[in-house]
Amino acid sequence: MSILEVKNIKKSFGKTEVLKDVSFTLEEGEVLSIIGSSGSGKTTILRCINQLETADSGFIKVNGEVFFDGENRPKKEDPKEKRRKQLLVGLVFQNFNLFPQYNVLENVTLAAKLQATELPEYKENKVKINAEIDEKAKDILGKVGLLDKLNNYPCELSGGQQQRVSIARALILEPKILFFDEPTSALDPELTGEILKVIKSLAEEKVTMVIVTHEMSFAKAVSSKVIFMDNGVIEEEGTPEEVFDNPKSHRTKEFISKFDD
Amino acid sequence: MSFLEVTSFLFDGFIISLLIFGVTLLLGAPLGLPIAFCSMSRFKPLKYLSKVIVWIVRGIPLMLQIFIIYYVPGLLFGFQLFGQVDRFFLLEYGIMDAGRITAVLIAFTLNYACYFSEIYRGGIESISKGQYEAGYVLGMTKSQIFRKIILKQVIQRIVPPMSNEIITLIKDTALANCIMVCEIIKQAKELAATKAMIWPLFYTGVFYLLFVGLLTVVLGKLEKKLSYFRS
Repeated sequence: MSILEVKNIKKSFGKTEVLKDVSFTLEEGEVLSIIGSSGSGKTTILRCINQLETADSGFIKVNGEVFFDGENRPKKEDPKEKRRKQLLVGLVFQNFNLFPQYNVLENVTLAAKLQATELPEYKENKVKINAEIDEKAKDILGKVGLLDKLNNYPCELSGGQQQRVSIARALILEPKILFFDEPTSALDPELTGEILKVIKSLAEEKVTMVIVTHEMSFAKAVSSKVIFMDNGVIEEEGTPEEVFDNPKSHRTKEFISKFDD
Repeated sequence: MSFLEVTSFLFDGFIISLLIFGVTLLLGAPLGLPIAFCSMSRFKPLKYLSKVIVWIVRGIPLMLQIFIIYYVPGLLFGFQLFGQVDRFFLLEYGIMDAGRITAVLIAFTLNYACYFSEIYRGGIESISKGQYEAGYVLGMTKSQIFRKIILKQVIQRIVPPMSNEIITLIKDTALANCIMVCEIIKQAKELAATKAMIWPLFYTGVFYLLFVGLLTVVLGKLEKKLSYFRS
C-alpha cells in the first residue's frame, strides 16, 4: 500500500485553474521531488495534502487514512479528528514561520507539549513528560547542528539556522511524510547548502519526504522519484535519471535545458 | 489663597480626572476586544453592526457624546437617569456629582473601547497568515494558536499605538467639565470665577505634564520589555 495516494485532484482559485487533474503515489521511504516553474501548481498540491487548502475534487489518502474525498465529503468535520490526521504529515515552509516570541527550544517543543496536555496521565507526570519532550527536542536539534542555539530567538539566527529549527519543529511530531515547500528559496545561495545537507541525511534515514524545489542538481541527487509539473498537470514523472537525462515531453526538455550549465 | 491651597484644590479635581482615566482604561480596554472580534467576524450582520457603532462613536465629538448620554434619557423618556444616581446612590459618600460622573464614564468607556478595538483589529490583522498555518500544521487548536502564538505578537505590536491613545485619554478627561464634573479644569475655572484668579488654570498643565511623563516612562518600559523578539 502506498503511503501517499493523490488521485485526480483539481483546484481552482476563482477562475484560475491551478490544478487540473493531478495524480501520483508515493511509497514509504521514498523521496519525491516536485519541480516546475512558478505558478505550475507545485505549492498548491502540497497545501492541499496538508489541509491548508481544500481541493475541489479528487481523492487524497495518507497512510491509509482518507484526507480528502471529493465524492464523499463529511458535512462537518470533527476538528479533533482533523488535527489527529494533520499530525500524520509535517510541513516545512518556504519562509520558516517560526514563532518569534519563543526561543529555539521552545519553538521545537511547543506543539509537542500542548499535545501532551491531552494525555490522561499528564497531570501526575507533567514534569517528567515535559522533560522528556525537551530531551527529544535537544536530540533532534543536535542532529541539525543547533545545540548551541537552544536559548536564542529566531531573530538572532541566520535564515539557514531558522530553517533548520523549522525542520526540527516538524520532525519532533514524527510525521509519516515530511513535506518541504521550497525550503531554500528564501535563503542566500551560500546558506542553501546546510539545508540540503540536513534533507540528505533525513533521506539516508529513510524518512519519507516530498520536496518542492528549484534546486535541480539537489533534486537529482537526493530523490528516488521526480515529478515535473507544468500549468497544473504532471507533465513528466519518473526516476531522476528518466526525468533529468531522458525527458520524454517537449516541455520538460525545455525546462531542464534552462538549468544545464 | 496660598499656592499650597490652590494646589490642593486643583488636586481634588485631578483625582476626578484620574478616576475617569482609570475607569475608562479598566473597562474600555477589555470592551474593545469583543468589538474588535465582531468587526472581524465572518457573520456579516455582526460585522456591519460593529462597524456602524465604531463609525458613529469615532465620528461624533466626544463632548457631544457626553451631552447625549447625560441629557437624552431625560429628554426622551422624561426620566432623569443620572439625576437619580445623584440623589440616591453616592451623595452620602461625599461624591457630589456621581450622576454626572457616571454619564461621563459611560461616554468615555464606549468612546475609547471603539478606538481600542480598531487598534486591536489592526494588530491582529497584521500578523502573517503563516503564523496561523504553522500552528495549524503542527496540530494546534484554533484557541491554542491564538493564545500561544498570536496574542503576544499582537500585544507587542499594539503597545505603541495604545500608549498614544492612553496619553490622549488623560488629556481628554478635561472634556468632562462640559457637564460640570469637577475635574481639574473645572476646579480652576471655579477659582477664576469666584476668586478672580486666572493663573491656576495654566497651572493645571503641570499636573497633566507630570502624569504624562510618568505614563511615558512606564509605557516605554513595557515596550522595551517586549522588544526581545521581532515579529
